[in-house]
Amino acid sequence: MTVSVELLEKRFGSRREVVGVDRVSFTAKEHGITSLLGPSGSGKSTLLRLVAGLEVPDSGRVFIDGQDVTGVPVRQRQIGFVFQNYALFRHMTVFDNVAFGLSIKKAPKSEIEGRVHELLNLVQLRGYERRLPDQLSGGQRQRVALARALATSPRVLLLDEPFGALDTRVRVELRDWLHLLHEKTQVTTLLVTHDQEEALELSEHVVLLKDGKIEQAGSPMDLYESPSSAFVASFLGGAKVLTGSVTDGRAQFAHDSLSASVDLEEGAVVDAFVRPHDIRLQKVSKGSGASLSRVLRVVRVGAYVKVSVLLPDGDSIHVQIPRHELDEQGIAEGDRVVLDLRDVRVTQRTPSYVI
Amino acid sequence: MSAASPRAPGQRIYHGHGTPAKTEGRLARLFLIGAALAFWALFLLAPLVVVFGSALSEGIEVYVAALAEPETLSAIRLTLLASAIAVPVNLLFGLSVAWLISKYDFTGKSLLITLIDLPFSVSPVIAGLMFVLLFGARGWFAPLLEALDAHVIFAVPGIVLATLFITAPLIAREVLAVMQAQGDSEEEAALTMGASGWTIFRRITLPKLKWGVIYGVILCNARAMGEFGAVSVVSGHIRGETNTLPLHVEVLYNEYQFAAAFAVASLLAFLALLTLVLKQFVEWRAHKKLHALSMQDVPAPLSLPPTPGVSS
Repeated sequence: MTVSVELLEKRFGSRREVVGVDRVSFTAKEHGITSLLGPSGSGKSTLLRLVAGLEVPDSGRVFIDGQDVTGVPVRQRQIGFVFQNYALFRHMTVFDNVAFGLSIKKAPKSEIEGRVHELLNLVQLRGYERRLPDQLSGGQRQRVALARALATSPRVLLLDEPFGALDTRVRVELRDWLHLLHEKTQVTTLLVTHDQEEALELSEHVVLLKDGKIEQAGSPMDLYESPSSAFVASFLGGAKVLTGSVTDGRAQFAHDSLSASVDLEEGAVVDAFVRPHDIRLQKVSKGSGASLSRVLRVVRVGAYVKVSVLLPDGDSIHVQIPRHELDEQGIAEGDRVVLDLRDVRVTQRTPSYVI
Repeated sequence: MSAASPRAPGQRIYHGHGTPAKTEGRLARLFLIGAALAFWALFLLAPLVVVFGSALSEGIEVYVAALAEPETLSAIRLTLLASAIAVPVNLLFGLSVAWLISKYDFTGKSLLITLIDLPFSVSPVIAGLMFVLLFGARGWFAPLLEALDAHVIFAVPGIVLATLFITAPLIAREVLAVMQAQGDSEEEAALTMGASGWTIFRRITLPKLKWGVIYGVILCNARAMGEFGAVSVVSGHIRGETNTLPLHVEVLYNEYQFAAAFAVASLLAFLALLTLVLKQFVEWRAHKKLHALSMQDVPAPLSLPPTPGVSS
């Protein structure tokens, strides 16, 4: 089933002055996972609630499987929704939680039992039927919530920050597990997340939101490789945008301290999206010059080292290099360095382009 | 008896658990414990002993006879009637008000929340007078009541009305506190699974509120049976007709029938103790529910309320 929204708009506040979602349109492909990605306050959760019918849009339409469901009440939309805080029924056992949707449809008892066991197998919680939600760990609760949402065979699965409340290790584990689960069920899924890694890993299609508007939509590769704005570039992979110009066939940035060869006309104004791992450092033992940068801070995190570098133009940039590269050169705080850009994307500015 | 604190069930005050930092000297501690014990004995225990002691001072026959008197029986009937009406009506009122306030946004909402507490802030005597002004011989509704040949003031309906007014906030407050604490994502989850409004209320909301409701009902019942001021103003003290138990106690006392007065009073005192035990039990159950897993601080079942200062 496809899900699509058309010029969806929702405002809050007594004078409708707070923008929730601002004329958003997108289509989520059948059997795929589509991520609604964005920082907090970007309207991603509101968008999901609008698709579910938990919020009523001010204008615009929602389609599920080609059918206009804008005026259809939540309980007739045949959706599965997983809430950020799981929203398990605390007074019911795991079995009753999963069985709830089927029991209100008055399904025969044997059918309910069969389906609940099948789902608990799927989420690897066989044997937990009689536990109460309070007696489960966060990850287990999340899996019960997923089983419960899948019980009524929904047309669409809507996940609101499903791993938001879990610790990093469990989050990564569940991410892989959700991927496998989706392979099996093939239910069209909308995933709300603020975690770019989660979005890039899990989904075929990413809708990046900012201030209620779509900033860019496309495949994870599209967004990562060709960000349409400085915001997209920095949100996905923490890129920094440098502005410079072309001299002698090279794009030069930050007082000529950074450069990359380009095939552009002389004097053109160019932007570069520089990610922390796109830069190499070269220690300079002696001498000074306009093109030298200075190491501000070195933070060792596992196999990689994060280095803050002060550029000659007064701007600073984050660099991530393998640990051995740092150690071989003996780079320390205060050292003078030369920066070398690897395969970085440089784009010519169109005259009207404003960051 | 009118224990009307807005404390939610499940909240408990602990006495003597663990070892507090010993910042107070031993002497100060002994003094504080002594003062608390003396206060408790003088103001809480002594009256209870006096009530039961005086009730039985002229022998068990007089005690039983006082309770078996037709006027006493009539007072018991009226008190039971008033609370039998007040509790279900306020239950309905409390649930709907709490539902309205926690599920919908509307102008005047904060005013409504404030008004719920009005019966607590108004003196019960004023509350009674209010009803006299509304339903009395020269009140606003007097022409209507005359046309219908109905009596409210100095009659049973007035007593029921006054009781309803006085006890109105008790259940609403308890339910509202629980509702606002729990949010409504469980209801939303049920909605996405296709449940209707009534199903959600019956299978999700009501079970969630269960202990809050029971707690509110206990408090409401206690207050309904014990109310004196407002009921006294509207009752007219017609013996055997419009006297509730607290009013009957006063009548007997004013007539120097001390043994009989205390016999009836002991009934009310017994109800008060029963209420406390029930209240404690509900708090304990709600607490146990909340902390099903932590085994360290499950309190002993069905104990009388912990008394300050004795356990340490």
